[in-house]
Amino acid sequence: MAKKKMKIRAWAEGGKATVKAIIFHPMETGLRKDKASGKPIPPHYITEVKCEHNGKLVLTCFWGAGVSKNPFVSFKFNGAKAGDKLKVSWVDNTGGSGTKEAKIG
Amino acid sequence: MNTQRRTFLTATMAAGTVAVAAGAGLLAPSTVLAAWPAKAFESKKMNVAMKEMVGTGTAVDSKDITVEAPDIAENGAVVSVTVKSKIPNTESITLFVPVNAFPLSASYNIAASTDGFVTTRLKMAKTSDVVAYVKAGGKLYKAKKAVKVTLGGCGG
Repeated sequence: MAKKKMKIRAWAEGGKATVKAIIFHPMETGLRKDKASGKPIPPHYITEVKCEHNGKLVLTCFWGAGVSKNPFVSFKFNGAKAGDKLKVSWVDNTGGSGTKEAKIG
Repeated sequence: MNTQRRTFLTATMAAGTVAVAAGAGLLAPSTVLAAWPAKAFESKKMNVAMKEMVGTGTAVDSKDITVEAPDIAENGAVVSVTVKSKIPNTESITLFVPVNAFPLSASYNIAASTDGFVTTRLKMAKTSDVVAYVKAGGKLYKAKKAVKVTLGGCGG
């Protein structure tokens, strides 16, 4: 399996945090065919992403095959300050998963 | 005092409240179970996906929701979409692309401290509307934005 990576950038301004995250993932829909063999490429996409701020859930994303490759998500939440912990974890339809923690800057 | 009768009354009232909440049809499976709603995401029919995800309640067009997306997307594989909801107590934002093979694209459950704001990137098979459904305070609102796609993003 491809190397799993995630990039998170988060910063707080006046108690409000802005988060931008990219998860590197193929997000295969299951509809595409392999050009060489003509066989369909099995679906492989992220289904659920959880974003936690100091252990408290701030955003849950449910994704389907209609989300772009290497999905990007950005959101804002209140009650944050610099140095707080932000954890983003995801699972995909084949049982793969990934987690990354970042500090709010 | 007849205690049995008292107990019976309390129990009936409690059960009644739950029944009313469930009967309102606004508690979508996602909010109750908080698990990935496979049926909704794997459905190829817009109306089935909608029913599974947001329930059968009628959505009201709202000016408090803005869907920001490019007017013309050169590449349907990556269409950046931003949804802003000014409606207080926004609970969830759900995005549909009706022309896609799987119309339900993404759904976001928003915690109380989180703003009604989310940016994401979607695939679009062809020119279509991006429809955003916002659930707030037990009610359903919607807004849409037309996006012209010059190159399809699903298996193109």
